[in-house]
Amino acid sequence: MTKELFTGAEMVVKALSALKVKYIFGYPGGSVLDLYDAIFQQDEIEHILVRHEQAATHMADGYSRATGEVGVVLATSGPGATNCVTGIATAYMDSIPMVVLAGQVPTTLIGNDAFQETDIVGCTRPIIKHSFNCRDLADIPNVIAKAFYIASTGRPGPVVVELPKDLLIPQNKAEFAIELDVKMRSYNPNVKGHPKQIRKAVKTINEAKKLVVYSGGGIVLSDASELLTTLVETLKAPITNTLMGLGGISGTHENFVGMLGMHGSFEANKTMANADVILALGARFDDRVTNNVEKFCPNATIIHVDIDPTSISKTINAHVPVVGLVEVVMQQLLDELAATNFTPDEEALADWWQQIHLWRDMRHVGYKQVAGEKIKPQRVVEAMYKITNGEAYVASDVGQHQMFAAQYYPFAKPRQWINSGGAGTMGFGLPAAMGVKLAFPDKHVICITGDGSIQMNIQELSTCLQYNLPVVIVALNNRSLGMVRQWQDMVYGGRHSSSYMESLPDFTKIAEAYGHVGIKIDTLDELDSKLAQAFSIKNKLVFVDVLVDEKEHVYPMHIRQGGIDDMWVEKGVKA
Amino acid sequence: MRHILSILLENEPGALSRIVGLFSQRAFNIESLTVAPTDDNTLSRITIATIGDDKVLEQIVKQVNKLVDVIKITDLTERKHVERELLLVKVVAMNDKSRTEVKRISDIFRGAIVDIGKQIYTIELTGSSDKLNAFIETLNNETEIIESVRSGCVGIARGEKALRV
Ligand SMILES: Cc1ncc(C[n+]2csc(CCOP(=O)(O)OP(=O)(O)O)c2C)c(N)n1
Ligand SMILES: [Mg+2]
Repeated sequence: MTKELFTGAEMVVKALSALKVKYIFGYPGGSVLDLYDAIFQQDEIEHILVRHEQAATHMADGYSRATGEVGVVLATSGPGATNCVTGIATAYMDSIPMVVLAGQVPTTLIGNDAFQETDIVGCTRPIIKHSFNCRDLADIPNVIAKAFYIASTGRPGPVVVELPKDLLIPQNKAEFAIELDVKMRSYNPNVKGHPKQIRKAVKTINEAKKLVVYSGGGIVLSDASELLTTLVETLKAPITNTLMGLGGISGTHENFVGMLGMHGSFEANKTMANADVILALGARFDDRVTNNVEKFCPNATIIHVDIDPTSISKTINAHVPVVGLVEVVMQQLLDELAATNFTPDEEALADWWQQIHLWRDMRHVGYKQVAGEKIKPQRVVEAMYKITNGEAYVASDVGQHQMFAAQYYPFAKPRQWINSGGAGTMGFGLPAAMGVKLAFPDKHVICITGDGSIQMNIQELSTCLQYNLPVVIVALNNRSLGMVRQWQDMVYGGRHSSSYMESLPDFTKIAEAYGHVGIKIDTLDELDSKLAQAFSIKNKLVFVDVLVDEKEHVYPMHIRQGGIDDMWVEKGVKA
Repeated sequence: MRHILSILLENEPGALSRIVGLFSQRAFNIESLTVAPTDDNTLSRITIATIGDDKVLEQIVKQVNKLVDVIKITDLTERKHVERELLLVKVVAMNDKSRTEVKRISDIFRGAIVDIGKQIYTIELTGSSDKLNAFIETLNNETEIIESVRSGCVGIARGEKALRV
């Protein structure tokens, strides 16, 4: 009996089907035309044609952040592949599982500076979890299976697979064999925390008088929010989230003291600074959290749980390091707490919470909206929250609007808040929102953006029309690169060098030109009603252009080089 | 402090570039690096001599370990080990006097003269990096070095301990 033979292009599609891929986000070109031909001739996987490869990566990324699945990108060689670089870096910084299939010139031409030849594996080497140069047709299925396995296990991240054209063409065929149960001798991510470290951690927790739980994106990525909530309720401790960790515990949970860090809440940063034990769960002591590391929480004993050993003691020394999957380690901690009959020290807890309530009552996250004056951006976010019952997916761009969204839209669930935290990539918001909408067509999906950021991927309005992705875009239009302007106000003597935009288009007309609905809001009176109207339109994309006060700053804000609780709390006022 | 790191990794295309890239990306220092397949030719072994304090070393070891192609890494300098480097050096040996002198020095260091030209000797020497440094310094005092090449150090733990899959 002769075995059935397949082209490389067919193998790619078969492998992706075997891995249960539903969508590929991409853009065609010479080196991958055979692959596009194979995609055309099947209907298990849908290809989403973006308008720029960067958007394909962000869309795959948003899709992954919302669903937990691996996002899949397809781009042609050369410029197609290099256009993916920003999106790959964005996914890398936030540990998002992604597989990027990049075309390449035929193996016979590699190294010749052939037309559209770029060494994409070389270009992306510092911003990927791993990459593969495919050089043999028969390897394709297992390389793709490995790519998915690596991307989605351990600390997730992007994997690049380079596919030379001669491996995909109809003339070359081979048998198809795929091993989905991938085993690699060089890659075995740790799962369980070391029992000795678990006992040490619980002992430290037992001795704590002022414990705080500090959790990050790891909780979201591993869908461990229920376990986290149980742990926090068992410990009766305050909890703060990083920007990436929002939704890890409900933003309205009574133990939640808000986001910490550069634009964190006053009470979150105070609680951290005064804690005697910090239990860090799937967070990495990023410089936007710590401020000056020399001054970081000097009196705290730090228990650091993370899947990635390199994250532990990289910036801040961990007294009790625990390497393992955060959901597994949290269960181990709960078991050990139960086994040692843990009962919180009620007296110490009462004192600690009393102190935290005092900080909370100072209510330093605040703004003043005066009737008749320009709309405050924070007010817009609060209105969005009310109209959507706090249940929307919110994908953000980067800038002040991102921080306002993080501060004023308390997320009830993980994966609701989709933002580029580590890389801070402007242009992320719209394509990411599109990826979310594709996954959850019946949910409200908001893209909160700025007049600067939206223009970095605005061409995707066209993709939205093609695939019917009616996201609600809310632009907090301050006619400036607000976050840059804020720094210039605070650090550069108010010199607004290249931070405002004198030639902004009429965004509502752009939306209309692309076949969508545009709504402009420029007075407070009409804010709530017009926003409600925007959210009531279900089958069309609505671009809401809200003209907001351009002078508003994001507060609190870390004072540079200070401790975690050295903050500006309003213009010219230090905490 | 100087450390010698031994790395066992998949003998895959691009694996070396990931190691080198990691060191430059994270501003880690490389004093020397050697690489070759092992007795099992699906594996490569890299030896890197590097300088850094404990905190930097901890990060280097963890970061290298995190690379998907890497199977094992150990810091040889943490325990008893044997360390060797190979030197080939071409020196001026014009007349009898200088030839005798070069021969004498190389004997003292247990080097071997592996090539002779009209006016040059080429000497091979293995030993610790310190020994090689001392040899070069001594040669420099006696004659003129025309060319030299060093392999960078390789090392292996003493005793039972072995770096294997
Ligand atoms: C691709 C990219 N370029 C530059 C920056 C630096 N940057 C951070 S915030 C910001 C301003 C963003 O302006 P806008 O989107 O209007 O948001 P606003 O701060 O006004 O709310 C800039 C330029 C960035 N984060 N990403
Ligand atoms: Mg703006």
